[in-house]
Amino acid sequence: MKTSEAAGVRLMRRRYLKQTIFFTLVRASALLIVLALGGVLFHIFYHGISAISWEFITRPPTDSMTKGGILPAILGTIYLTVGAIAVGLPLGIASAIYLTEYAKQGRVIRLIKVGINCLAGVPSVVFGLFGLGFFVIFLGFGSSILSGSLTLGFLILPTIIGAAEEALKGVPQTFREASLSLGVSKWQTIYRIVLPNALPGILTGSILGIGRAAGETAPIMFTAAAYFTAKLPGSIFDEVMALPYHIYVLATAGTHIEATRPIQFGTVLVLVAVVLGIDLVAIVIRGYMRRNKRW
Amino acid sequence: MNRKTKEIFIKYLFLLFALVSIIVLGLIVFSLFREGLPLFSTVAVHDFLFGLEWYPTYDPPSFGIFPLIVGSLIVTAIATLISVPLGVLAAVYISEIAPQRVKEILKSAIELLAGLPSVVLGFFGMVIIAPWLQETFDLPTGLNIINASIILAVMAIPTISSISEDALYAVPREFKEASYALGATKFETIAKVIVPAALSGISTAIMLGMARAIGETMVVLMVAGGAAAIPESLFDSVRPMPASIAAEMGETPFRSAHYQALFATGIVLFLLTLAFNLIADYVSHRFRQTGSATL
Amino acid sequence: MINYLKSGLLSLAAAALLSGAVWAADAIVIKGSTTVLPVAQGTLEAFMKANPGVQMSLSGGGSGEGIKALIDKTTNIATSSRAIKDKEVELARAKGVKPVAHVVAFDAIIPVVHPKNKVNNLTVDQLSQIYQGNITNWKEVGGADLKIVVISRDSSSGTFESWDHFVMRKAKVTPRAQMLASNGALVTAISKNRYAIAYLGIGYVNKTVKALQVNGITASIQAAMSKEYPFSRELYMYTDGEPQGATAKYLAFVKSAEGQKIVAREGFVPLAEVKKTVKKK
Repeated sequence: MKTSEAAGVRLMRRRYLKQTIFFTLVRASALLIVLALGGVLFHIFYHGISAISWEFITRPPTDSMTKGGILPAILGTIYLTVGAIAVGLPLGIASAIYLTEYAKQGRVIRLIKVGINCLAGVPSVVFGLFGLGFFVIFLGFGSSILSGSLTLGFLILPTIIGAAEEALKGVPQTFREASLSLGVSKWQTIYRIVLPNALPGILTGSILGIGRAAGETAPIMFTAAAYFTAKLPGSIFDEVMALPYHIYVLATAGTHIEATRPIQFGTVLVLVAVVLGIDLVAIVIRGYMRRNKRW
Repeated sequence: MNRKTKEIFIKYLFLLFALVSIIVLGLIVFSLFREGLPLFSTVAVHDFLFGLEWYPTYDPPSFGIFPLIVGSLIVTAIATLISVPLGVLAAVYISEIAPQRVKEILKSAIELLAGLPSVVLGFFGMVIIAPWLQETFDLPTGLNIINASIILAVMAIPTISSISEDALYAVPREFKEASYALGATKFETIAKVIVPAALSGISTAIMLGMARAIGETMVVLMVAGGAAAIPESLFDSVRPMPASIAAEMGETPFRSAHYQALFATGIVLFLLTLAFNLIADYVSHRFRQTGSATL
Repeated sequence: MINYLKSGLLSLAAAALLSGAVWAADAIVIKGSTTVLPVAQGTLEAFMKANPGVQMSLSGGGSGEGIKALIDKTTNIATSSRAIKDKEVELARAKGVKPVAHVVAFDAIIPVVHPKNKVNNLTVDQLSQIYQGNITNWKEVGGADLKIVVISRDSSSGTFESWDHFVMRKAKVTPRAQMLASNGALVTAISKNRYAIAYLGIGYVNKTVKALQVNGITASIQAAMSKEYPFSRELYMYTDGEPQGATAKYLAFVKSAEGQKIVAREGFVPLAEVKKTVKKK
């Protein structure tokens, strides 16, 4: 009796030992991920902060990129991102409206959803090839803001569709029923009731896609980016400098790689601040909205 | 137009928007094939896929992308080995173990990690990790398989962890309660009940993480070293497919055989990621968790 | 269907253009060789100061890209560190483009190693064997017992093609070579890697790397000019037909005394020096 009790205790101990080991492993993995993020951010901040000044963000580069600032790259990234939103947001919202409001479960929906998932999985460099083959060459837009924005716009389309779908689904069914029962048409219901209620959610969800558009390099390499433009772009058919491409070029193909190291780190810091700043805003707003749902 | 026809018109208009993703996917295929397929009038498909020599600019050129495919597969495989345990364990921690506050912080951290632009991580690998690896282990070069795999793992972790977490979260509460009622420890419940129940979701997560890693461009372009040979050790440089496309596309004469070969490489890359995505989609639908009834 | 789509999108683009965009009156787009990049950027900055009305943009990417862009008519000037190839001329003619060459500077290509490497001199044949992957250890050429890491420019850069022309003579560079995207990247890699060998345009050689002699001859501007040093070449800017307007003005500036001063400042051999040497002969 006693021995079996002791065996039982030993077994229990072993079971809990396993659990302790497992929990330690699990906590270590979580910690490692946070450390990876922290490490990257720390290095970027530590090396980049000394390059940052008012001049750095408000002046163009001079002296073969070794001096001056990165204003054209900041503006170029803004143009491309705004362009991408102008393409991706309306298309994404319209797609999501069809998927949540009109479509019935069936083959077509399944096909569309598979299509969206596959589009989301297309490698960024393949988007670059697509942009080059289709917009730059086939449609003859050349390497330009227009080609780059269209390419990026389609790149972020799946993200926006996902965000919009989730937000539309979050609008209670009773809202729609109440409106329809008053004799309002379906489109009027969507336009006046569903969309306004879903819009904040759509926008915050889409912000993550916007961050992605601002940070992508491969899709704009062949479709929009220039190494150096002496002046700001005058039309949507001009090439532009862009922050991610600027980092890549200065780090791998610049003329004075070591001399521009501080500028590279500074540019990285600006890009990270822009992208993560956008993301952080979205995360905070989303958390706030989840806690204070009106329905 | 009366109200009913107007409604139908609007419905089909939205269907058209919903089809945009598929249309874009079609245009991607169209552009890749239009620019890439002409290669196969001069180069046999077998020689292209399994040729061991990538000398695109020599006379006569050789367009064998086998070393590039091997490069892509090996960095993806090692990145998967690193990211799967970390990502899945972190997901387990978030969904089953972490206190609420820690959980929220960790989720935000993972989301921020996902938001880091690839060029920033590539820059980090090139400027911080590569010199460190080279000096610490006295390697011929720090731009090698290991370095690229570590960075790719960091990029795949958010995908793996957030989708796994959704799957774990979806495991019905009764499962856990039943397990605890039988006297199982928390670890036993997680290892023998929750994770197996979420396995299809976790597999989907892993497939999508791998798709992300295999298609990632900037990291392998900046960090993998760019040697188009089949590697003999983990400290050798490789030239994965996306790196080759991104590095050479800018420099090749328009519509030359080399240019076509790069688009053809894009086709291979596209089909590979498409396969990963379709498998992920199939797994997540075929073995969908629809609640306790399915088990 | 495709044409319909194309014209639709084009008209959309045209509308967008009309609504807000303004074409710059004088625009010069320069694209091409990373070797010529310092010359192009230096002269561009000086030229812009004197002619603030001109809209200019500059991209690297490689000689091939520049010429490709010239053929596509997406650039006004293609910079190149090699002469245009017959195949490219053919393509250009087919598209109604007439490439005109302008020599803007001279350059020498110099093999370099880490400053701590004991090797001082290599023959052309030794260089070729190293780059083919047949000599793999520094001790085989009189250095320490260290593996050789071969670093090369990307296979479509003009510098790579010059290297092929001078050294490799059609032999293939080992696939284990690391291919880097620019001269600048090579300098950085060599300065930190005691195993490595690479080759650079003379404008990029600085004190963080050690220049090797070739066949016992030290590379210098003079040696390059007299052809005593074997690896020297011309740097080009190509235009479509004879240059017009702002492009002509810019090219004239590059070739002027002031422009050539910038060429010298960036470490290349100015045209004037060449004329002098030729006269002396």
